[in-house]
Amino acid sequence: MENTYITDLLHKHFSHDILEKETGGDILTVIVTSPVIHDVIRFLKETENMNFNFLTDLCGIHYPDRGLPLGVVYHLHNLSENKRIRVKTFVTVSNPTIPTVTDLFSTANWMERETYDFYGILFEGHPNLKRILNVEYMDFFPMRKEYPLEDPTREDKDDRYFGR
Amino acid sequence: MTDILEDKQYTTLNLGPTHPATHGIFQNVLTLDGEQIIDAEQTIGYIHRAFEKIAERRPYYQITPLTDRLNYCSSPINNIGWHLTVEKLLGIKTTKRIDYMRIILMELARITDHLVCNSVIGVDSGALTGFIYVFQEREKVYEIYEEVSGARLTTNMGRIGGFERDFTPKAVQKIRAFIDHLPKVLVEFEKLLLRNRIFMDRTIGVGPISGERALNYGFTGPNLRAAGVDYDVRVMTPYSSYDDFEFVIPVGTQGDTYDRFCVRQQELWESVKLVRNALENLPEGNFHVDAPQFYLPPKEAVYSKMESLIWHFKIVMGEIDVPVGEVFHSVEGGNGELGFYLVSDGGRTPFRLHFRRPGFIYYQAYPEMIKGGVLSDAILTMSSMNVIAGELDA
Amino acid sequence: MDRTIPTYNKVEPPDGYTAPGIFATSFDKVVGIARSNSIWPLPFATSCCGIEFMATMGAHYDLGRFGAERLSFSPRQADLLMVMGTIAKKMAPVIQQVYIQMAEPRWVLAVGACASSGGIFDTYSVLQGIDRVVPVDVYVPGCPPRPEQIINGFMKIQDLVVNESLRRRYSPEYRELLASYGIM
Ligand code: SF4
Repeated sequence: MENTYITDLLHKHFSHDILEKETGGDILTVIVTSPVIHDVIRFLKETENMNFNFLTDLCGIHYPDRGLPLGVVYHLHNLSENKRIRVKTFVTVSNPTIPTVTDLFSTANWMERETYDFYGILFEGHPNLKRILNVEYMDFFPMRKEYPLEDPTREDKDDRYFGR
Repeated sequence: MTDILEDKQYTTLNLGPTHPATHGIFQNVLTLDGEQIIDAEQTIGYIHRAFEKIAERRPYYQITPLTDRLNYCSSPINNIGWHLTVEKLLGIKTTKRIDYMRIILMELARITDHLVCNSVIGVDSGALTGFIYVFQEREKVYEIYEEVSGARLTTNMGRIGGFERDFTPKAVQKIRAFIDHLPKVLVEFEKLLLRNRIFMDRTIGVGPISGERALNYGFTGPNLRAAGVDYDVRVMTPYSSYDDFEFVIPVGTQGDTYDRFCVRQQELWESVKLVRNALENLPEGNFHVDAPQFYLPPKEAVYSKMESLIWHFKIVMGEIDVPVGEVFHSVEGGNGELGFYLVSDGGRTPFRLHFRRPGFIYYQAYPEMIKGGVLSDAILTMSSMNVIAGELDA
Repeated sequence: MDRTIPTYNKVEPPDGYTAPGIFATSFDKVVGIARSNSIWPLPFATSCCGIEFMATMGAHYDLGRFGAERLSFSPRQADLLMVMGTIAKKMAPVIQQVYIQMAEPRWVLAVGACASSGGIFDTYSVLQGIDRVVPVDVYVPGCPPRPEQIINGFMKIQDLVVNESLRRRYSPEYRELLASYGIM
């Protein structure tokens, strides 16, 4: 399957919502606006010639310097033709809502919960959106760039010795 | 599947987080009607270690030790998968010798992973003998690791662009001895379980999942193949010269515990074949690529030569330019497609690194697989899925 | 037929007074010997170190030689809590609960860097050493420690057990120690 074929078809259906496409990397990448992400994924999954029927991966990403800092990256895989595609979408920190894809892929359930846990991205329509890996009473989203990695309760570490 | 009825009394049972039969730490809250499971809810994250956050703070070669601790039953696969990802980003091409050496180590790792999983299925169905027997073999693989990398479990094997040292003659000899002896053990192990009436009664039809549901749940690896889908990353997108070899991908039909056991067992045989083939055809050549800006110079040279010392310092301090870009690379891990999604902004550390952990992804199907079954079958189903806590919680 | 008892089956008798037909020693010592050679460990294996523990239990290294053949998965009957692996903050209350459920006398062995100090995971989610929630008797370093090291740590526990006075667990210092962890 050719990259141009996919992008053309996507353009035909979601003309203005396809913000960017990049064919130079290892996998064809398209960036779409957040409201249509569910439709794009459904289109990729269910259209006859697309058939991206396997959600390999779903994860968040945070670019603190951009206008739309929080992102979600989907990796889809067409198993019969061995073609992968990467779909991205970005949202703001103040209103990080994205439609869920759990109705298309059961596997998205925990992936989205993990993304919520790490980045605080809210997946609309998710059946059970709560923290998965961290403790429930945690009040920040640890993978956002502004939060530190280190355990704040340690006193035996002197920052001066670690070049920080 | 049974629905929850209002006027009936159900038992709630806490399976975990420190239950002896859960090999690893996760909690299942089961709703039981007598012995039948009506509902299950999982809690995970009991050993969440924030790998992805750490990875954003560490230079590339320091991330290898982290990958060890993902699926610690098959650490070399994780290490090498990570190295392959970075090599993809840097555009380094490895030689055949490196590839073959990697295949040998990755297949040995697969052998240990499957040995542990299958013997534990035996233990959970009441046959401790096989476990103790095959663990002897696992020790031998650990001795090989020690010979190649110096560590037993958390191997931190190889470097970006090859290996830290070549196979020593002793290592080659140990690998040979191992693959010559393992078939005998496997035959005996299979005799013990494969056609054993009790074992078959305990496992056939237990915890089944259809191929379609398995795909929808993102299953990969032996668990998916047991459900009848022949997806294997080694064949679909060959990496590290896997396409030079011929091997069979075993598939099951029912997707139940017995099929998962058989698929893993068959893969053990294929792995033995692969190791033997790779070892026999091991090409001559260098064990690392010529990429001085990423490959750490040998220690002796660092201590005695100025040039090497400078390079060592530059690499360790991250003074090296890394291309900006993003790559996704996946390898066939012990229990499925182990993916690395790496975003680089040119800095000394990854901007973002996400691990696609197969265990995390397929464990969410567990309630669906055990509903309607009985409690003791749930334990068997769990051990046959081979959920590794380190990989589950990252 | 050779009727000498092989040495590996024999425990050295404690100090005491011997006379024809009698042997007198303190009760402490006898109990200590008995306890130290039949420790029932509770394996609290969470991650990678737990795999090395499996090797330690296996035929090759065989922890059974030290009287620890019988793993007690129930905390009520266990003497020794062996914590192997990373303990996340989510897990901390669980481990404390397990410790509380164990009957006195009880010992704790922290196996591996993670259990001892958080190890390589100085992160927001990992407990920086289990000694923040339960008192630890012996620490075993390593990431993961080799089975030999785990056995060594186990033997150190045996030393502690042999030499422990019967009154120790009633002493005010011990109660104070527990109280400092919030355990009554
Ligand atoms: S000390 Fe090392 S091997 Fe042990 S649990 Fe921690 S990371 Fe794993």
